[in-house]
Amino acid sequence: MINKVVSGPDAAVQDIPNHAVLMLGGFGLSGIPENCIQALLKKGVSGLTCISNNAGVDDFGIGLLLKTRQVKKMISSYVGENAEFERQLLSGELEVELIPQGTLAERVRAGGAGIPAFFTPAGVGTEVAQGKEVREFDGKLYLMERWLKADFSIVKAWKGDTSGNLIYRGTARNFNPMMAAAGKITIAEVEELVPVGSLDPNTIHTPGIYVHRIFQGKNYEKRIEQRTTSI
Amino acid sequence: MLDKTGIAKRIAQEVKDGMYINLGIGIPTLVANYIPPTLNVVLQSENGLLGIGPFPKENEVDPDLINAGKQTITMMPGSALFSSAESFAMIRGGHVDLTILGAMEVSETGDIANWKVPGKMVKGMGGAMDLVASAKHIIVAMQHCSKDGASKLLKTCTLPITGANCVKRIVSDMAVLDILPEGGFVLRERAPGVSVEQIKNATEGKLIIEGIIPEMRF
Repeated sequence: MINKVVSGPDAAVQDIPNHAVLMLGGFGLSGIPENCIQALLKKGVSGLTCISNNAGVDDFGIGLLLKTRQVKKMISSYVGENAEFERQLLSGELEVELIPQGTLAERVRAGGAGIPAFFTPAGVGTEVAQGKEVREFDGKLYLMERWLKADFSIVKAWKGDTSGNLIYRGTARNFNPMMAAAGKITIAEVEELVPVGSLDPNTIHTPGIYVHRIFQGKNYEKRIEQRTTSI
Repeated sequence: MLDKTGIAKRIAQEVKDGMYINLGIGIPTLVANYIPPTLNVVLQSENGLLGIGPFPKENEVDPDLINAGKQTITMMPGSALFSSAESFAMIRGGHVDLTILGAMEVSETGDIANWKVPGKMVKGMGGAMDLVASAKHIIVAMQHCSKDGASKLLKTCTLPITGANCVKRIVSDMAVLDILPEGGFVLRERAPGVSVEQIKNATEGKLIIEGIIPEMRF
């Protein structure tokens, strides 16, 4: 099997240029590539377009890259919980494209699956429909939406093997599998990297064909946004 | 007038055995607390889970298990986990029986506005547009009027809409109302202590009142 292991996050992101289009997995702060975000911060690459469901919080996740003004444009479905984001948006420093969450997921899936466009009912009759083709199928209206692809997709998995097969855990899966398939280069950081052959093929979520670089991340904080408990 | 808990309790009465349900953030999340334990229902979380359980005990908190509001949760026995694409496939594909969500405004034709207030912070629509475009049945939990007394049940929404002609039923702090396909809010029930006259005054859109309107029962 092909060995895709790189030494760590710095090696994984070393050729990401300024103005690259990135996809970053995660929902809220769950399943985000913490190590690669730190490496991008350290590398100082700028003018990035980030496709990610959310934009992190002020001092964690993509919020860190916003603070250092490394992001030119965010493509997301929900960007609350981030005051610096709000400030940059209102001052015009940051471009934002808001997309319904299911449309975002499907556009990314389509990008990885070679489907250039599809029709969805989400957003018909709303400002999301502006400039888009609307077509009727069986008496209901649908919007045409285009695929999304990235120069680099950065995903986070629970376990991975040296050939790039990935397994996610809990709701940290979210956008990671589709993004893994939609990047020209896909970087996977995993909590546990194991030798090829040690994962049960029945349990693989992302087949290694989509992954180009993999490493075992360190010091995962896995910050919780809304710690909610019962007695 | 009902408080948030009252609205959630009344909506819980709409839940039927065997339903797959998506609960939005805010009052809709509270509905889960009042679904009778005798009913077998499955709660869907748009970030990739069927089978939301109660909030975890302190020693059970798992950062890899959250709901759409980013709150820590647990899973019921028999849960299933999946990607965001799969999650919205089951939403768009009409497999979720009931969607309960909040609204800032609803029009008499069933348009809903709940994602954007121009000039103020725009946080994004999240999954709301996908949910309202595809759900078989949508119940909206909302306040009947704004804090300054202006009706939120309107002829036409003033805010940018999330979806058109999609809301079927509203449970507000004052009333239960159905929306007719041809337009109009049909008054079904009054909140305890609220008169038909008060509901009339609080509803800007076309209000249809037929016969005697019963008070909600809890």
